[in-house]
Amino acid sequence: MSVIEVKDLCYTYGINTPFEKKAVIDLNLSVNEGEVIGLIGHTGSGKSTFVQMLNGLIKPTSGKVFLNGEDIWEKPKEIRKIRFKVGMVFQYPEYQLFDETVYKDISFGPMNKGLGEKEIDETVRKAAKFVGLSDELLNQSPFDLSGGEKRRAAIAGVIAMDPDVLVLDEPTAGLDPMGRNLLLSQIMQYHRERKNTIIIVSHSMEDIAKIADRVMVINSGKLEMLDTPAKVFSEAERLEKMGLEVPQITKIMLALKEKGYEVSDGILTVEQAFLEVVNLLKKEGKI
Amino acid sequence: MIRDITLGQYVPGNGIVHKADPRVKIILLIAFITLIFCAFNFVSLAVIAAAVMIIILLSDVSLKLYFKSLKVIIVIILITSILNIFYGTGTPIWQFGILKITMSGIYRAVFVSVRIVLLILISSCLTFTTSPTDLTDALERLMKPLKVFHIKVHEIAMMMTIALRFVPTLLEETDKIMSAQKARGADMESGGLIKKVKAMTPVLIPLFVSAFRRAYDLAMAMECRCYQGGDGRTRMKSLHIKKSDVFCIIFAVVILTGVVLCDIFIAPII
Ligand SMILES: Nc1ncnc2c1ncn2[C@@H]1O[C@H](COP(=O)(O)OP(=O)(O)OP(=O)(O)O)[C@@H](O)[C@H]1O
Ligand SMILES: [Mg+2]
Repeated sequence: MSVIEVKDLCYTYGINTPFEKKAVIDLNLSVNEGEVIGLIGHTGSGKSTFVQMLNGLIKPTSGKVFLNGEDIWEKPKEIRKIRFKVGMVFQYPEYQLFDETVYKDISFGPMNKGLGEKEIDETVRKAAKFVGLSDELLNQSPFDLSGGEKRRAAIAGVIAMDPDVLVLDEPTAGLDPMGRNLLLSQIMQYHRERKNTIIIVSHSMEDIAKIADRVMVINSGKLEMLDTPAKVFSEAERLEKMGLEVPQITKIMLALKEKGYEVSDGILTVEQAFLEVVNLLKKEGKI
Repeated sequence: MIRDITLGQYVPGNGIVHKADPRVKIILLIAFITLIFCAFNFVSLAVIAAAVMIIILLSDVSLKLYFKSLKVIIVIILITSILNIFYGTGTPIWQFGILKITMSGIYRAVFVSVRIVLLILISSCLTFTTSPTDLTDALERLMKPLKVFHIKVHEIAMMMTIALRFVPTLLEETDKIMSAQKARGADMESGGLIKKVKAMTPVLIPLFVSAFRRAYDLAMAMECRCYQGGDGRTRMKSLHIKKSDVFCIIFAVVILTGVVLCDIFIAPII
């Protein structure tokens, strides 16, 4: 069943001003329950604008967003309820931290949701555990944390609302490689346990290739491709025209194929590539 | 949302008004404002209105934007004109208790409304066609004589430039933080005043934190580039009075004399 369905979605910034800008154009999409969707696109292609329409932070200029089959803007007064169902982690979310302690800050979402004290405590600790924040950190001021820890705290603040759909806008931007991998695997761990739907925006093709079930490519506000990572990344040329890369290992394998070696396209990880090369060498009788 | 405010927003363009020297524009704005308050009858007001219309039409900014900036102050116009209607003197044409409407009251109301509209239009024209940097730059030049009184003109202008430069940035940031907190279920629309003010804490604290961080970063960056204040600084863009500016000044002087003459020879209405 599709959790989120998007029909002919358009968004224009600054309508009727000299700065008018079409950020999202006629977008159609249907996201299945429990799916991980990777969203890629060049800078300024409209990714952030698109995801902000999924939880009603901005209202589409035209078109509709359906959550579990219901139009989210049917009752504009109750749009807040949607925000608890579709959790949204912004680009550079650490700037939203405000409370005295990390614990209090994480509990902001659950509190707005109207949970009881005990439930709040439970969800906050669980969320903190998912993102790998230790108990000591919970009692510190969020402003005393390191950049990476701040990021984790902010993500925990959204996870604590226990949303059915989790939207992450470049959650790993600006982190070191170790931190990126760790955060990503924690998010995936959370996904496996909670079995929720995840939409993740990223500029790292490697990350997207690793975790996404389907990849959607946006170019100048339009949906260009929507398919499995293997299919999307096998079209290296088309992606490059849109200013996007393919994962480096995919590039290498595509180059091998061009040279006439028999490897399949759409290799996304080093492990797959390793197996593929071993197979190839075996076939040629070299090992 | 917040960014929809048009009052005081620069609109890039290439018209005559855009190209005019910002110093000339500021002086002419001051002259026009004085003029608007010196018009005491409908003829002089009409002359000013015509001049303002000409300037606006020449300004290469869509009329829609001017209307938008008027929309913001429509309440003020309504309130002042209602008050004025009831404050007239002379024989009432309609009376209800102590409320009475007179012909002079109506005149007054129309007059004041037109004055406010003209004020907003002409000042919007300046901000629409002059970038904030040009504005403060011009102000600095105009205030230079104040140095005699040991007023730190350059520092004041620099502070203004920086403040103006960061207004859109801060608005953008407010927008972003508000969205982020709304995404966490913050309720900023409903409830009474106190509840609304309280609901702003999660927005204001991150906003202040980031404003201080920005200020600190900027100070650091300026120091790294050896900024030392105004003495001996030269400019990348120096201002020169051009032929078109002289033309502007002549245009203004003509209007000015016109209004003064009208004021002298036609009986005042208020
Ligand atoms: N608040 C705004 N007002 C006006 N235009 C905007 C606003 N936000 C974004 N835009 C414009 O809309 C377009 C899409 O922006 P968006 O932030 O969705 O891009 P993005 O794909 O998220 O880019 P990035 O990868 O850099 O985050 C851009 O051209 C941008 O300039
Ligand atoms: Mg973005």
